[in-house]
Amino acid sequence: MKHNIDFIEQWIEPGSRVLDVGCGDGSVLGSLRDQRNVLGYGLEIDPESISSCLEKGVNVIEQDLNKGLNNFTDQSFDTVLMTHTLQALRYPHLVLDEILRIGGKGIVTFPNFGNWRTRAYLSLRGRMPVTKQLTYQWYDTPNIHFFTYADFEALCKERNITILHRQFLANGFPDRLLKSVWPNLFTETAVYHLSR
Amino acid sequence: MSLETSDNHNDLSGSVGLVKPQKVVIEQPLKLACGVTLPSHTLAYETYGSLNKDNTNAILICHALSGNHHAAGFYQDDTKPGWWDQYIGPGKPIDSNRFYIVCVNNIGSCFGSTGPTSENPQTGQPFGADFPPLRARDWVESQKLLMEHLNIDCWAAVVGGSLGGMQAMRWSLEHPEKLQHAVVIASAMKLTAQNIAFNEIARKAIKSDADFCDGNYLQHNKIPHRGLALARMIGHVTYLSDELMGQKFGRDLKAGDLLQGKTEPVEFQIESYLNYQGDKFSDFFDANSYILITKMLDYFDLAREYDHDPVAAFKHATCKFLVISFSSDWRFSPARSREITDALIAAGKNVSYIAIDSDHGHDAFLLPNQRYQQALGDYLSKLAEKIEDAQ
Repeated sequence: MKHNIDFIEQWIEPGSRVLDVGCGDGSVLGSLRDQRNVLGYGLEIDPESISSCLEKGVNVIEQDLNKGLNNFTDQSFDTVLMTHTLQALRYPHLVLDEILRIGGKGIVTFPNFGNWRTRAYLSLRGRMPVTKQLTYQWYDTPNIHFFTYADFEALCKERNITILHRQFLANGFPDRLLKSVWPNLFTETAVYHLSR
Repeated sequence: MSLETSDNHNDLSGSVGLVKPQKVVIEQPLKLACGVTLPSHTLAYETYGSLNKDNTNAILICHALSGNHHAAGFYQDDTKPGWWDQYIGPGKPIDSNRFYIVCVNNIGSCFGSTGPTSENPQTGQPFGADFPPLRARDWVESQKLLMEHLNIDCWAAVVGGSLGGMQAMRWSLEHPEKLQHAVVIASAMKLTAQNIAFNEIARKAIKSDADFCDGNYLQHNKIPHRGLALARMIGHVTYLSDELMGQKFGRDLKAGDLLQGKTEPVEFQIESYLNYQGDKFSDFFDANSYILITKMLDYFDLAREYDHDPVAAFKHATCKFLVISFSSDWRFSPARSREITDALIAAGKNVSYIAIDSDHGHDAFLLPNQRYQQALGDYLSKLAEKIEDAQ
């Protein structure tokens, strides 16, 4: 399920440099360009997504994230953004380090595996969850790491990453009403603003 | 894509149809990088599509080493279209329904523009080997004079592959206000030692032909066919990939067989193919032009006068860039295109980079490829949309 993350615009300085790692169809970068006048580049490998970026006039660089981001120098961007990609990478913790090496700040979103739907699916059905958020079967999913936002925060602490802001998102009922009461149980997508 | 704006039924096949080359004598003196001034020069060129009322939809196509101004469409009685017909035409990635497309034969070449086969006004003889050495920037300056002749104030895009991409990049630094987009395909900011080595072998092959006569073969009514053919054979190998040659020719034989006890000579298909390509080339290309333009490639170094810092160089550009590479291109490898892209990103310029999977080697930039066509088409169609909205 797609969540509106327009609110991240307020975390991004107008006119700043943004790298969107795994930029998909370029809609986030396109709106940041239009709303915040950022100079943005997206990294992507899917040909259809790349086409969508070109059609929007969004800068897109064909680059496989699993082969590293060595070509980008330290602190060459104000913000490095990664939406719904962390869970699909071989070494998420190393990529997080890279994000904060290249960018002054990082913005990361991921599906919260602690959501009650996934918990219930696994515990009651005894099968790996297939939900609106996580639509794949266990054998064909690109999402090779499952973690909750609590896991993510523990990792940040371990690696001395500062959490500047966080937002918990949910569209479903009763999730959107209850996510402030019991965030790990009702958050579908977690959004973090990070620095080091 | 819509063909409604086209009134030519030939256009339905996606071709610009019958075309005629044009010629213009540029009377303005052209001071070359080497210090020599050409008091006037002739340019052969072709155009496809029509200029819009604000003259804002012009695209310049820059040809490479052996290219010319005949990029698309057919000449009367010709069966083979121009060299980039796959990419230029109505509904094609460089859409002649939407853009006014200009392709010029550059000076120093041999298809009608001033070059080594032209008469040297000082001697009344062909320039031959005395034609002044050229740099990519000389081509850019000459193209700019044609641009003024055509009343174009700013190119919507300058597009080129290989040496053509080098011209596009040079345009972006020399005349940043004169182009909105640069499309740099299978190119590099400078040649590698290996590239230069291949070029020198090619030049040596030409010069070793007894008919070369120190470059003054026309005065002796001779053509160094064998040397030029050999030069082309060497070049041709570097434009293809090992995989492709394997698929296309393998170890297939054209003549003879390899059974023991046979004495007649064996000819592999690849030998026959290369000999044919070399001979064909030596019939239409000029040996001095080949030497001149390969040297121009060798000398090209985008960032030389910017302290060898490509980022500092690209800071001068104001246009947007599209960079495209091909996986099996070992003459201008994807790594070279990545260097261009990374320098542009570091310089804070708008750039997109597409890495196309292809087993066609360097030649891939001339050949049909679905993803390449799609990406170039998407990029230019966004540009066309913007131009049309402003009309």
